[in-house]
Amino acid sequence: MNKILLIIRREYLSRVRKRSFLLTTFLVPLFFIGMYIGVFYLTKKSFEDTHGIVHVIDRGGEISKSLKNNKNLTFTVSNRELQQEIETLEDEAENTNLLIIPDDFLRTRYVELLSSGKPNINTQSEIKNQLQEIIRAHEYARMGLNVDSVRNINDKIQITTKEISETGDTKESHTEVAMGIAMALSVLVYLSLFLYGAQVMRGIIEEKTSRVVEIIISSVKPFQLMMGKIFGIGLVGLTQFILWIILTAALTSVATAFIINTSGVTPEEISALAGSKDQLPETNAAMDIIAAFDSINVTELLICFFIFFLGGYFLYSGLFAAVGSAVDSETEATQFTMPITMPLLLTYVLSFGVLINDPHGSIATWLSFIPFTSPIAMLVRVPFGVPTWQIIVSALLLFGGFLVTTWVAARIYKVGILMHGKKASFKEIVKWFTYKQ
Amino acid sequence: MLEIKNIVKKYSNHRALDNVSITVPKGSIFGLLGPNGAGKTTLIRIINQISAPDSGEIFFDGEKLQPKHIERIGYLPEERGLYKKMKIGEQMLYLAQLKGLKKKDASHRIKHWFEKLEIQSWWDKRVEDLSKGMQQKVQFVATIVHEPDLIILDEPFSGFDPVNAQIIQNEIIELNRKGATVIYSTHRMESIEALCDDIALINRSEKILEGSVKDIKQSYRNQTFKISYSSMEGARGEIDEIPFIDIIRHTTAQDTKEAVVKIHDDKTLNDILLLLIPKVTIHQIIEIIPSMHDIFIEKVTLSKN
Repeated sequence: MNKILLIIRREYLSRVRKRSFLLTTFLVPLFFIGMYIGVFYLTKKSFEDTHGIVHVIDRGGEISKSLKNNKNLTFTVSNRELQQEIETLEDEAENTNLLIIPDDFLRTRYVELLSSGKPNINTQSEIKNQLQEIIRAHEYARMGLNVDSVRNINDKIQITTKEISETGDTKESHTEVAMGIAMALSVLVYLSLFLYGAQVMRGIIEEKTSRVVEIIISSVKPFQLMMGKIFGIGLVGLTQFILWIILTAALTSVATAFIINTSGVTPEEISALAGSKDQLPETNAAMDIIAAFDSINVTELLICFFIFFLGGYFLYSGLFAAVGSAVDSETEATQFTMPITMPLLLTYVLSFGVLINDPHGSIATWLSFIPFTSPIAMLVRVPFGVPTWQIIVSALLLFGGFLVTTWVAARIYKVGILMHGKKASFKEIVKWFTYKQ
Repeated sequence: MLEIKNIVKKYSNHRALDNVSITVPKGSIFGLLGPNGAGKTTLIRIINQISAPDSGEIFFDGEKLQPKHIERIGYLPEERGLYKKMKIGEQMLYLAQLKGLKKKDASHRIKHWFEKLEIQSWWDKRVEDLSKGMQQKVQFVATIVHEPDLIILDEPFSGFDPVNAQIIQNEIIELNRKGATVIYSTHRMESIEALCDDIALINRSEKILEGSVKDIKQSYRNQTFKISYSSMEGARGEIDEIPFIDIIRHTTAQDTKEAVVKIHDDKTLNDILLLLIPKVTIHQIIEIIPSMHDIFIEKVTLSKN
């Protein structure tokens, strides 16, 4: 067997067989599913809790007649004294309120709301809406307008946003969904580049401090050992991502089925919860979301994710390898990893502002071409639609960057792994780089 | 087996090897000697192609040293190390395969050696569970399992108790008898005379001595003898009356006396005997040949001044 394959095999197996790998592989999807279920129940619960009781003290006596009970609120007109009501209010259950409407309400438009606990926002807005309606009806009547005909004016407007693609086709754009995906990708790539880069570094420090490295490089070239390690750990990363995708997909469908079966909630309600703003009754919120996801090219996204994640990983892991070879312990490594990962951190931070708000602006475009920043910047842009030529050029540049960093890293690595007890500095490392090979 | 020609290796602020040439005869056990920091490890790393010389050449079995020769060399570095979390058996297989053995052969040979050294039960243990001496034994197997033609051992006995050191020494001798050339690097002299046929002494980046142990010792003979004698009846019988010698040490024990003497360069032992015989009864005369240890110290201190 080729020696580099042997090294890859060892690096891969020794990590995949670890308990911690199995743990993270299975726990992370469970964690996501747990969040999913948790969010579902919390949302459901918050809807249940909004039901409130409102005792009304109406000084004028007219307004309270127009307040209507609905599924969220029950109004009771109280004849008792204010002080008496406040005292009972203290003993009442949560979300019991006391609404005090002064007799000159129609003029002052001022009411007071006392609550047993913290005033519920939904209750407040419901009361506000109803009171507004009453004022409106009152004003219409004063102006002599027919309330019903005013109300029946259809002023609803539907805007469908479409963007023109290169081919001249139009497609519906769903900016919010694209933003969400872009942010998720940014976090994912940023974290995993760090995670797996650090694993490469740790592996090299381990070989260096345990001195096993001298035995290995008396059998293979240092470059083979370094690349074997980088490829092996890269494969571990790929395995983990693929398992996560499969497990999350499987668990999500199980969890969804579970929620539907046990809680008696219909799929429509779930969709409604997720959509949560159905101002347009004729648009089914669920359909809207499905359409939004359809507008994102999942295949393209997945391919881009793997290209740019792997490209970024290879670019940075070479640098991490060089750092690992130069130091004797992980604590010592921090001073070098900081400057190396600065471009990554910068892009990560920018991705939540400039890049997402203006994905085709000049900053975003430039960052998505520079190899050190493109793994994050390009992936943030992809959900918004990026011309294929840009993706290809950026990927090629990333590949070129990978060749350069690996070349530099290999030269440092070769010298560094046999240096012990010498405190490495940048000056020292530059010197190593210039050694005759 | 190995011909090292004019090797120079410079680091930024010093020369680690300065024009070093050494010839290692085929089938020999070759001692590479020198104090700490003399450049032994640098030279060994160059032979192992871990680092490259700035100038100079090395020939392996007549051919210029190339990457393909790596599989014919077995190397035990001074700073030992194995993957701590890996099981011994798996680790041995990995290292042997990296040296170009097929998995099946590797497994077969490792088991053979484990039986020979009575460490079969360690196969599934992790390195971190073994004592330092046990790790050394495992490492020794890793060095020789691919049956290399050239075995390079850097301080192979450090960390071994005397019993295990003897076992390993016997294995080294047996491997040598089967045809392997051994380079044995050390700064301890005790085992050199028992083990080595030839040596080279490196000090401060330069080779200062090379040759067979026998020849070197011959060349360091300096007419020093230990004479045991007793006084003859009726004669005063003292060795200090004799001319042409310097007495280095003189001891008296009951009825025999012992003197270590150096004979002046223009006289021989025979000349002195002629003078001695009438005066004392001679029991024994032994020539004192300097040990490698003495030669080592003499050469190293000499080159310091």
